Amino acid sequence: MLPEAVGWAIFLLPILSFVVISFVIRPFFNSRPELSGYITISAIAISLILSLWALVSVINAPGHEVIFEPHNWVTIGNTIIKLGLIVDSLTAVMLVVITVVSLMVQVYSQGYMRGDGGYCRYFAFMSLFTGSMLGLVLASNLLMLYVFWELVGLCSYLLIGFWFHRPAAAKAAVKAFVVTRVGDFGFLIAILILYLKTGTFDIGELSELARLGVLGGTALTLAAIGLFSGAVGKSAQFPLHTWLPDAMEGPTPVSALIHAATMVAAGVYLVARTFSLFIHSETAIMTVAVIGGFTAIFAASMGLVMNDIKRVLAYSTISQLGYMMLGLGAVGVAVVSHAIEPEEGLALGVAVGIFHLFTHAFFKALLFLGAGSVSHATGTFDMREMGGLRRHMPWTYATFVIGSLSLAGVWPLAGFWSKESILHHAWESTPFLFYLAMITVFMTALYMFRAVFMTFSGSYRGTDESHHHLHESPWVMLAPMVILAILAVVAGWFPVGELLGGEGVSFFGALAQPLAWVSLCMAGLGILLAYAMYSAKWLSAQSVGRALSAFYTVLSRKYWFDELYEGVFVFRILVNGFFAILQWFDTYIVDGVVNGIAWITIVCGGSIRRLQTGQLQAYGLAIFLGVLIIVACFFIFGV
Amino acid sequence: MAIGLEHYLILSAILFSIGVYGVLAKRNAVAILMSIEIMLNAVNIAMVAFSRYIVPALLTGQVFAIFIMTVAAAEAAVGLAIIIAIYRSRQTVDVEKINLMKW
Repeated sequence: MLPEAVGWAIFLLPILSFVVISFVIRPFFNSRPELSGYITISAIAISLILSLWALVSVINAPGHEVIFEPHNWVTIGNTIIKLGLIVDSLTAVMLVVITVVSLMVQVYSQGYMRGDGGYCRYFAFMSLFTGSMLGLVLASNLLMLYVFWELVGLCSYLLIGFWFHRPAAAKAAVKAFVVTRVGDFGFLIAILILYLKTGTFDIGELSELARLGVLGGTALTLAAIGLFSGAVGKSAQFPLHTWLPDAMEGPTPVSALIHAATMVAAGVYLVARTFSLFIHSETAIMTVAVIGGFTAIFAASMGLVMNDIKRVLAYSTISQLGYMMLGLGAVGVAVVSHAIEPEEGLALGVAVGIFHLFTHAFFKALLFLGAGSVSHATGTFDMREMGGLRRHMPWTYATFVIGSLSLAGVWPLAGFWSKESILHHAWESTPFLFYLAMITVFMTALYMFRAVFMTFSGSYRGTDESHHHLHESPWVMLAPMVILAILAVVAGWFPVGELLGGEGVSFFGALAQPLAWVSLCMAGLGILLAYAMYSAKWLSAQSVGRALSAFYTVLSRKYWFDELYEGVFVFRILVNGFFAILQWFDTYIVDGVVNGIAWITIVCGGSIRRLQTGQLQAYGLAIFLGVLIIVACFFIFGV
Repeated sequence: MAIGLEHYLILSAILFSIGVYGVLAKRNAVAILMSIEIMLNAVNIAMVAFSRYIVPALLTGQVFAIFIMTVAAAEAAVGLAIIIAIYRSRQTVDVEKINLMKW
């Protein structure tokens, strides 16, 4: 059985590590920064062991859930805010994912960040992030979840802007924070709507109320869409996707942990955790599916033309998150159209979406760590200056190719299984989105292997000086990549789907379905086209680019969304319009009232003081007139 | 015609008004003092008239008039002393020029 203290320890240990590094190591032991790395890794390793314990308890527990009572935290009148933990199959899977990927990234960071002046600060923020993310998946009520949600957003800001002396990094950090904040606003509104309607923040109770039909109608739809808007912001779905490519300014391990495997998965986790609310509102679940499916193809199209390897991976992340949302949405649509029963659909949807999250975390983190390894050797992220690296960096090459094959969904690697289940359910519930998703499979394989061939094959296109420095990365960086590569192969074989409540597929039986062959063909076509354009050079990339130059311009300018958001919304409408009106109001009306009162006082005083003539006889006259008036009053009104 | 109380009171009122006019309108400080004396004497007349015509046996008004005369004398002495002090410092007794308490 699982004691409750273990649940609390899982996320408090990394937070304790943050406190120790910030208040003890950094001030007093700054000459030995590697201590902060050791502390972080020990804390997360212990959390990993505790998470595995939790996973085993959940597998053995009845209903795959360990129940804890929430504790009262703040009581204000009739409102009681509680703190509680929830450990069910969803939480257990997420805990394992977060701790494993985080541990691998921390070990890798020891090599990648060596010699950096902010080494202690880096590990402090990484610990805080890991602790917050673990707390997010353990939270049992929406308010506690929101607190950790904002904490991970804060850590993302701090880590994207880690090299804050660089203006691009500072701007990217602010952009990330502000864009996710726009989504978080909807999230907060949703929490408030739910509380006003039901009087509780607890997710279990809300799910129960939605299931019984007590919570329904417009309120539920609005609340679900609000929750989804928080997920859209955090998971960089359309239309709040603009921050994630810019977030690549941060150190590469940060991108691997936060912007590939964990924080951006928080949005998918939120939808999965509150899935019961979504499946009872048709509008909300349709929104989830449509935005997910559209984002998948939208982001994949932009990934095709990026020259920075991290940007390719960033758009790939956005696209894969779209797949996860599509998986959740497709099953939800099936429930809403009564093709599946609600209880069954609830578990199935969670299984489909989170299974892809599980496999994606491993291979995407691996790909990012590979990109970091490449930049460690060549000093750049621009793929146009790379090439032929497979001779100098065999391990990096091997693990990167494994990750790419898994991402493209090649059997029997991990990505195949999770992507297949999403495509299967999309085909059954939302055929239109299925076609978009299938085209995206082709584009995914294409852009990923474009990156592989541009980086690793052919001959080196960089400067001669950097050519001499090409070397394989040290083992402290390679070992995590190898472990993640192994996971990228085998993760699909774990019965994660069944644990979460879905159905399993047999190893070779999956190949019996025609759908699997269609997606394998699309992936194969993508790889073939990439090989033709970038490796064997049967087609020249430049000639294709010239032929499709209109498309190329639209894609490389990212559909002009950045210009739309920053140029039109922020600058024209808000700054020059709305804010200017507010400023006019503040200067002339608010300040005008305050200054006006002072002005009136001065004018009155100025006129009354002229009575002080200093002449005695004037005062005497005033007294005399006063006496006359009093006497007259006596005569008129009596004594 | 028999002279009654009202005749003395009218006289007193007229004298008082002449005194008030002098206090308020004269520029010379000594003239203001003289007008104050006129006001005090007007009050004296009123006091004695009331006493003579209402309860003559008590002599209340007459006694009070003696008091008023005494006080008037003392006050005239003090007032003149102040005027001399002002004259010594400002070389004038024109009250319109003594307005340091002006705004």
